[in-house]
Amino acid sequence: MPSAVGVVTFPGSLDDRDVMQAVSLAGGTAVPLWHGDSDLRGVDAIVLPGGFSYGDYLRCGAIARFAPVMVEVVAAAGRGMPVLGICNGFQVLCESHLLPGALLRNAGLHYVCRDQALRVESTATAWTTGLEPGARIVAPVKHGEGRYTADTETLDRLEGEGRVVVRYVEGNPNGSLRDIAGITNEAGNVVGLMPHPEHACDPLVGASADGLALFASVLTAVVGAA
Amino acid sequence: MTVAPPTVDTVANAVDDPDLEQPYAELGLAPDEYARIREALGRRPTECELSMYSIMWSEHCSYKSSRVHLRQFGDLPKGDRMLAGIGENAGVVAVSDTLAVTFKAESHNHPSYVEPYQGAATGVGGIVRDILAMGARPVAVMDSLRFGDVDHPDTRRLVPGVVAGVGGYGNCLGLPNVGGEIAFDPSYNGNPLVNALCLGVLPRERLQTAKASGVGNQVILYGARTGRDGIGGVSVLASATFSDGGPAKRPAVQVGDPFQEKIVTEATLEMYDRGLVVGIQDLGGAGFTCAISETAAAGGLGMHVTLDAVPLREASMEPWEVLSSESQERMLAIVAPESVEEVLALCHRWGVIATVVGEVTGSGRLEVDWHGERVVDVVPATLAEDGPVYDRPLARPASLDALQADRAEDLPRPTSSAALRAELLRVVASPNVCDPSWVTDQYDRYVLRDTVLAQPEDAGLLRIDGGPLGVALALDGNGRYAALDPYVGAQLALAEAARNVAVTGAEPVAVTDCLNVGSPEDPGVMWQFAEIVRGIADGCRALEVPVTGGNVSFYNQTGDVPINPTPVVGVLGIHSDVTARTPMGFARAGDAVLLLGTTREELSGSEWAWVAHRHLGGLPPAVDWAAERALHAVLAQAPLASAHDLSTGGLASALTEACLRNGLGATVTLDDGTFVALFSESAGRALVSTPSPEAVEDACAAAGLACLRIGEVGGTALVVAGAFEIGLTELAAAHTGTLPALFG
Repeated sequence: MPSAVGVVTFPGSLDDRDVMQAVSLAGGTAVPLWHGDSDLRGVDAIVLPGGFSYGDYLRCGAIARFAPVMVEVVAAAGRGMPVLGICNGFQVLCESHLLPGALLRNAGLHYVCRDQALRVESTATAWTTGLEPGARIVAPVKHGEGRYTADTETLDRLEGEGRVVVRYVEGNPNGSLRDIAGITNEAGNVVGLMPHPEHACDPLVGASADGLALFASVLTAVVGAA
Repeated sequence: MTVAPPTVDTVANAVDDPDLEQPYAELGLAPDEYARIREALGRRPTECELSMYSIMWSEHCSYKSSRVHLRQFGDLPKGDRMLAGIGENAGVVAVSDTLAVTFKAESHNHPSYVEPYQGAATGVGGIVRDILAMGARPVAVMDSLRFGDVDHPDTRRLVPGVVAGVGGYGNCLGLPNVGGEIAFDPSYNGNPLVNALCLGVLPRERLQTAKASGVGNQVILYGARTGRDGIGGVSVLASATFSDGGPAKRPAVQVGDPFQEKIVTEATLEMYDRGLVVGIQDLGGAGFTCAISETAAAGGLGMHVTLDAVPLREASMEPWEVLSSESQERMLAIVAPESVEEVLALCHRWGVIATVVGEVTGSGRLEVDWHGERVVDVVPATLAEDGPVYDRPLARPASLDALQADRAEDLPRPTSSAALRAELLRVVASPNVCDPSWVTDQYDRYVLRDTVLAQPEDAGLLRIDGGPLGVALALDGNGRYAALDPYVGAQLALAEAARNVAVTGAEPVAVTDCLNVGSPEDPGVMWQFAEIVRGIADGCRALEVPVTGGNVSFYNQTGDVPINPTPVVGVLGIHSDVTARTPMGFARAGDAVLLLGTTREELSGSEWAWVAHRHLGGLPPAVDWAAERALHAVLAQAPLASAHDLSTGGLASALTEACLRNGLGATVTLDDGTFVALFSESAGRALVSTPSPEAVEDACAAAGLACLRIGEVGGTALVVAGAFEIGLTELAAAHTGTLPALFG
């Protein structure tokens, strides 16, 4: 039986169905999870998808953090379950203190949608084992609040511990400090990404096929752990 | 402490006090229209009824000036795909045995001038709800934007706001924006055009109607609370000309909340899936009034409404305000009594407020109570269907002869290769031809994972139902052509949109339009409008495609000066296999470059004439429908690596865009007449590349289409043999630098 990846739908989640399709393409079983339920339905890994959860009112991800399902997500992450936050999901992970730092309004003040070149900096996370270290991959960014920000000490620690997962190359779309596009926690099971791997799984409808490896990685990781 | 409810003007009052002076003129009603309302009611209207008639009989809702002309669209052959057409919220077209798509374009010009962000945002929101009301999941949007001169102070204010509004709403709603257009012309100073299109997909059996049928069925209002925003939007903003009082009208602009629309969308789709909806209507222009009167009229029965049950943002709202508010993100559903609890629970789960506000009755009347007092008692059809219809006077403007005689073909032309090169760079950098990424990069084009082609491609192409089936969409207009000849200009817009769909390999099957013009009370404008409708109708007959719906925007003028008449035409195409789509950019070095179609010396109304001479005069390019259809046939069959429509900016623009798309240069030989070849805007043409030029030439010969092999893909420059070359870096700098430099 294929491994089950839960995809959380908050009110205002937009890329939830897209992530479920990507999970299926990678050979996994996608399981919908509802923001109001305190039930992870037995999944092996969790994705918090992009969108505008709760309208992004107050601050991106600030309200989603208090959703009943997030209590379970935080607990599962603590037990080592792989968790990936994409775009708004990354913002939710930061608000939930599963990842350090914050994502601020883009430096150019505009929403930016473009095919973005990235460099793979860490393959030591549950979500990136299938990628090549140093590889250039392409995935779309599409956000208005993606400027990764943290204090210097945190940034130095992330760099020193190899916790920068991907970095923007050939142009920084949002003014992120040190061109950071994605980071992981100390254990390497929780990853936040501003680029959208689910929109880089099929060149017909995405920017490339480079993102499929992330979903394949986690399926390998959970099978290995089982 | 209790506060006595404010006195309201009841039906009983209206009978008792028949001679009360009423402010009908301030609500935009003419004296004879007011007399007609009194006649329909057999008494004076109540305050509530008067505001309902004023908005339902406004130009925006009643199409009173356009209806006599728009009948031509209804008379077109329907084809065998159209499942719903004009008169519905949006046209519906079958794309397979089980699936249909629905699409429609609508204008939000006046609100966008007053408040660019909210005006544009709610323009998107409104058209999305129209699509939702047909039973469809909205799956994509497009926008056609026109602004004044780039140097005009209003343009600086409007462009960032409108673009952020279109993006802010569509992005937050999770709808890919897959194309559209942006243009600048001084004729739009003070009158920007914001036209938005939405596409939805539905199982054919899920098609909904906006009918209040079944006596005893319950009327449920759900979505946002009703506030004071947008009161009188259709009668004040969309049905009158701006004087200098712009900012004072701000309360008439609605404020959008895309998050609310997203949850309303999901709740509505779940209602459809569970089969809970008998009839449905979105609340758009004219708000609750329009929704209850149209559904009641369409159902042919009656409706009783308890108006004080409507959830309000401000408790102090008066009943006429509740009836005419244009607060966004609201829907009205007609539901069987046994389904009410399930609908309310489903809405609650999505965080959507839902309230039973009325019941379908057999009375034949629309009866509205406010705290137990009857404030409205009318036959619903008098509001929704029996509004005034005007056959307004038409007159071809006397100035048109002089304008058409002032031909751009007679203007001075560049006399050296260096000058020709410089003019090409100026044309491809012009705001109307340049790379629009500054705009389109602010729109999500990936969400929903079905976008096969999006801007800067000629058309948006969406995969349907997992593929390989797809639909292509293009939205085009050209106000300059229509200013020179509105009949031909409208046909050119239709021809361009159809061609843009055809270059992807799709077959054009249906048309929607937004017809933007000045005041219908100006006989010259009314003549332009009549010519535009006639042009589109004749063009659709030639292409054998129906008009499935659309929208008219009058009063786009400042003082006595109307905009260039601007028909914006949306064409829907069906693609049988999206994996075989043809993109616009040159794909492989060594491919042959061919120009399909006939180039004539047609420079009037062209971007070159405007850029080089700031000239507008002469006759627009001719339309040859047989040639257009031959071109469509070749584009659908020939083995092409790329295909790109020629339109504004002619071959100069097409070559630039085809080269820059994938960073591949080309060398072309244009023989004599290089200038005309580069800048003519003759219709019916496409620039293609192919590894099999003979096969393309054979296909053209079979279709009777002119075909010229002009060169080869390759290198890092655009080379016009014997004339000049431009490195791609220099070309890209010219093409991409314009909008960022203007708008940051």
